[in-house]
Amino acid sequence: MIEIKGLTKRFGKKPVVEDVTVTIEPGTITSFIGPNGAGKSTLLSMVSRLLEADTGEVLLDQNNVKKWKSSDFAKRVSILKQANYLNVRLTVRELVSFGRYPYSKGRLSAEDEKFVDQAIDYMNLADMENKYLDELSGGQKQRAFIAMVIAQDTDYILLDEPLNNLDMKHSVQIMKILRKLVDELGKTVVIVLHDINFASVYSDRIVALKNGRLMKNGPTREIINSDVLREIYDMDIPIQEQNGCRICVYFNSHI
Amino acid sequence: MKLWMLGIAAIVLSFISLFIGAIDITPKDLLNWESDETHIFLISRIPRLLAIILAGAGMSIAGLIMQSLSRNKFVSPTTAGTLDAAKLGILISMLFFTNVTYTQQVIFSFAFALAGTFLFMQILDRIKFKDVIFVPLIGIMYGNILSSITTFLGYEADLLQNLSSWLMGSFTLIIAGRYELLYVSIPAIILAYLYANKFTVAGMGEDFARNLGLSYKLVLNIGLVLVAVISTTVVLTVGVIPFLGLIVPNIVSLYLGDNLRKTIPHTAVLGIVFLLICDILGRIIIHPYEIPVNVTVAVIGSAIFLTMLLRGRAYAK
Repeated sequence: MIEIKGLTKRFGKKPVVEDVTVTIEPGTITSFIGPNGAGKSTLLSMVSRLLEADTGEVLLDQNNVKKWKSSDFAKRVSILKQANYLNVRLTVRELVSFGRYPYSKGRLSAEDEKFVDQAIDYMNLADMENKYLDELSGGQKQRAFIAMVIAQDTDYILLDEPLNNLDMKHSVQIMKILRKLVDELGKTVVIVLHDINFASVYSDRIVALKNGRLMKNGPTREIINSDVLREIYDMDIPIQEQNGCRICVYFNSHI
Repeated sequence: MKLWMLGIAAIVLSFISLFIGAIDITPKDLLNWESDETHIFLISRIPRLLAIILAGAGMSIAGLIMQSLSRNKFVSPTTAGTLDAAKLGILISMLFFTNVTYTQQVIFSFAFALAGTFLFMQILDRIKFKDVIFVPLIGIMYGNILSSITTFLGYEADLLQNLSSWLMGSFTLIIAGRYELLYVSIPAIILAYLYANKFTVAGMGEDFARNLGLSYKLVLNIGLVLVAVISTTVVLTVGVIPFLGLIVPNIVSLYLGDNLRKTIPHTAVLGIVFLLICDILGRIIIHPYEIPVNVTVAVIGSAIFLTMLLRGRAYAK
């Protein structure tokens, strides 16, 4: 279990995340939502140890994440940041193999190879595993990075805006795969999302932030309603129910 | 390109290199152990070949490590101030001690090369605009600043003559007893290979590396130390060889990608082949005189580099 307790981060004097306390429920998809500058990515970076908090703590299995050994932590929690669009020329298979780095330090055992194969199959990348990353489209690249995280085989997978620059088809594809990771493999996914409809349809729980503060934290059904969303986004957002999904109609054409 | 092809090319060129020079030596001469030819062969030709091999492999790998760690295809010891800092170190050691020893020169040169490269990486960390071309341009300017300090101090202390021998990379003066420092780069090269996976992971950025549990800062610093060790040994024995660390890793990256475990052997052998070709050309063009290797490398290297710049901007992004 990941527990975030009273986490605060300031850049200069300005608090970017202020006194946030949240528990991440295992076996769910939790979405972090909120307007620009709400502190979603900063919060995620602190949970994954990429950033150090000013005050407060993050506990993984009751132990402060700072106390975990780097290689052990990398076997429990993985993070994929937006900036992972790199100019490094690796093949898909090489990239996915680096997901096994915490276990093998680069010398893959037969078991590691099996994980790599499985991850590549899982993301439907088998026919392009020997292609270089710079030859892939945005959606394929994002799938390759997620395959690497799957090969890393962590209980917790943190993703910072994985749908950035993806079209609808690929966004849906990625969200479905994340759903499968949770439902079939029992992973816990924490994801920063901009589009609240993706959060509404695919996540189990939503954590809403605004100006660095925690606004709401609860099951998706409780957050996706017009009153709560008005508080978060300062917008009137009608909700329509479609095949059991709640869709936020935030395109306000008659004003 | 296959590694064995490069290997065969390197062996053939090595053989040619051994039998080219002001004095004709044929393999038959070597049958007589007492002959002058055998003597020259042992104290001049073999040391020269070994120096070319170590400098070629070393500088290429140093360039590869720098490109990986700086995440920029055009950063190398030549374009990041490393070699200029090493030269400055040599000069300072000469100013500092009246009767400077070789060891003192080595230590000063190494310390300056390391500090100079480290400073460049710090600058790189702070600039926001990380364009593939812009970054090495800053590196070149930075190197020129270091270089002008060296020239100024050298001028003031009347050491310019002395200094020019390090400005010019050449294998002409390599004889037994004058190149052995290059052996220090052998463990550095082996270490670079052992750390290949770590350099590749670090080359994907700090966040990426830390996600995989790699201690990024440590790997970065080890990489910079290896680069400084290799650069120092080459500058002190052979002199400055430009472009080598820049073009060789880039050519390999084009056909083999950026997985260092895979590319380090290719980079090393291609570096040797390239430097052998340049040195052999330098020795036959105005035979029996020689053109220093830094001139042939600069001419061929700058042509290749220009082609890479013009055609390769898309690839280097």
